Amino acid sequence: MTRLPVDSPSPLIAAQDLRMTYRVGRGQVLRALDGVSLSVRPGEVLGLVGESGCGKSTLGRCLLRLVQPSAGRVVFDGTDITTLPERRLRPLRQDMQMVFQDSYAALNPRRRVGDLVAEPLRVHPAPGGGRRSRADIAARLAELMDLVGLPQAALTRYPHEFSGGQRQRINIARALALSPRLVVADEPVAALDVSIQAQIVNLFMDLRDRLGLTYVFVAHDLAVVRQISTRVAVMYLGAIVELGEADAVLHRPAHPYTAALIAAVPEPVVRTEGLPPPLRGDVPSPIAPPPGCRFHTRCPVARDRCRVDPPGLRALPDGREVACHYPLVGEGH
Amino acid sequence: MLLVVRDLTVALPIGGRLVPIVESVSFTLGAREILGIVGESGSGKSVTSLAIMGLIDVPGARVSGSVRFRGRELVGLAPRAYRALRGREIAMIFQDPMTAFTPVYTVGRQIDEQIRVHQKISRADARSRTVRLLGDMGVPDPERVAGRYPHQLSGGLRQRAMIAMALSCNPALLIADEPTTALDVTVQAQILDLLRGLRREYGSSVLLITHDMGVVAETCDRTLVLYSGLVAERGPTGALFAQPGHPYTAALLDSIPPLHGPRPARLPSIPGSPPAPAERPAGCPFAPRCAYAHEACAVRPALVASGVQDVACVLPAEGRPLPPRFVAEMSA
Repeated sequence: MTRLPVDSPSPLIAAQDLRMTYRVGRGQVLRALDGVSLSVRPGEVLGLVGESGCGKSTLGRCLLRLVQPSAGRVVFDGTDITTLPERRLRPLRQDMQMVFQDSYAALNPRRRVGDLVAEPLRVHPAPGGGRRSRADIAARLAELMDLVGLPQAALTRYPHEFSGGQRQRINIARALALSPRLVVADEPVAALDVSIQAQIVNLFMDLRDRLGLTYVFVAHDLAVVRQISTRVAVMYLGAIVELGEADAVLHRPAHPYTAALIAAVPEPVVRTEGLPPPLRGDVPSPIAPPPGCRFHTRCPVARDRCRVDPPGLRALPDGREVACHYPLVGEGH
Repeated sequence: MLLVVRDLTVALPIGGRLVPIVESVSFTLGAREILGIVGESGSGKSVTSLAIMGLIDVPGARVSGSVRFRGRELVGLAPRAYRALRGREIAMIFQDPMTAFTPVYTVGRQIDEQIRVHQKISRADARSRTVRLLGDMGVPDPERVAGRYPHQLSGGLRQRAMIAMALSCNPALLIADEPTTALDVTVQAQILDLLRGLRREYGSSVLLITHDMGVVAETCDRTLVLYSGLVAERGPTGALFAQPGHPYTAALLDSIPPLHGPRPARLPSIPGSPPAPAERPAGCPFAPRCAYAHEACAVRPALVASGVQDVACVLPAEGRPLPPRFVAEMSA
């Protein structure tokens, strides 16, 4: 695995105080993202984890400007793309691609795989300007099939002729067609059976090593995220509650929510001791998030201060950031 | 034994011929026991549970073998008799609670009705039972929740309400088909905790259908692994996870990324994908993907004892059972 020095080059993509609000009627406002800041360095894999409604998918889409954030900035490779007009954003789009959860919905069922994967090559100009030749496109398609482990014969077939895992390979081939630098993958293995999921996770890791890709990997499955990520951001109700090196965050969580999330994962191991008591209650509505710390209503270690004083993200000595007044990992560590 | 399933085979008409979706599935379920049926998509786990419930209603389908519930044969039972059984002695919960509730009545009214269909009691008595049940299921403020419509409840509350409805007539057997798949992990943990408590509080036996080996490990006393419509392995959960006897069970467990211990550079994965029922090989259905496949696998293997498990594989009989699994320490 390629390891990057900690003070490596400037971030490939950064979000600064991103906010995404939706009006939901009766004057109510849903805060899908409530001030999110993060940066991803080249070659990194940032895992975005959290439960449904935490804002992880919205954040992924904002980063690629598939949706326009309500406030805040997204900077891609030094360029502020938040308000860039579509005409000027378009050349940058080649560098940032997305892979979605539903491999079938993402592919037009009436077109052959070759056409689907070639589409970005036809839409975007060749590196030197001008259109790509048929021969160039055919050669690139052949390369892409090899890259994602599909036979060349796949190019003349239709999406429904493939299994879910193979369809996800097709989507990955299409995302890679223009040699992007950043890939945002939104739950790319969530719909797959475990035995197939392992194949696709391995493929993502191989591609990163071979092509030097940078990923933002959105997933609810902590074990999958740990496998693939170098850093992890844990989200709860539209905000990041913990952000740091994957091993630090998932082995010695500092935020009580991260700890609860890890404890709740059913592991394929029969335990001799009893299970920890589950977290109580449901995630509160993002329309009316609780005052103070947004996790205090379910937090097993909440104190009075947590009910009134919202904690901001702050750095711990080991470099990770946590939004908690009383982190589980001591300040002295 | 509460439930004894012998050679259950379900064949559906596909492309003009009857194709066995599930073949010769056998298992038993004792009182207050939780049995997990685990398998990937297309393994036949849901078809198995629907056949036990008498809910296979595809025209031309054939269900054969034997399902004995409290000594009574259910295969071939008249639809009327089946209806009397369902809801009272056997209840079922599904992945999506919205399919169990109608959106036009409150949750409480629907549970009241369910109780009153099977027992002659007054509306007021039914409601107090409903409220007590909801409370038992960990629903906060059950009286208020009973007065709400399904869409007004969160996913976790709806799932609790559905379990309450399923338990309203004290069924001896609860069949739970992927009951936590649509839920977030923290809520899933609550529902699994609830299912584990049912046998204590209600004396129910549970047949838990799931794709998630983690859910099985944390919930079930015994486990049945299905692959391509056939039993690959069955046995006590602890033994099956510590030393799986079937190469499929072992490979499936290996392909799950670990949450603790060292990160593998690559995840062991199973090449290829399971065969469609119509294309199931004559021999071992897993052989085309199996690292141990050899000539003997061309013949469909019978279930044989291997340790405390039963395994549909020739390896134990050949004197070379699979080694125990290495499992990293749970503590960080």
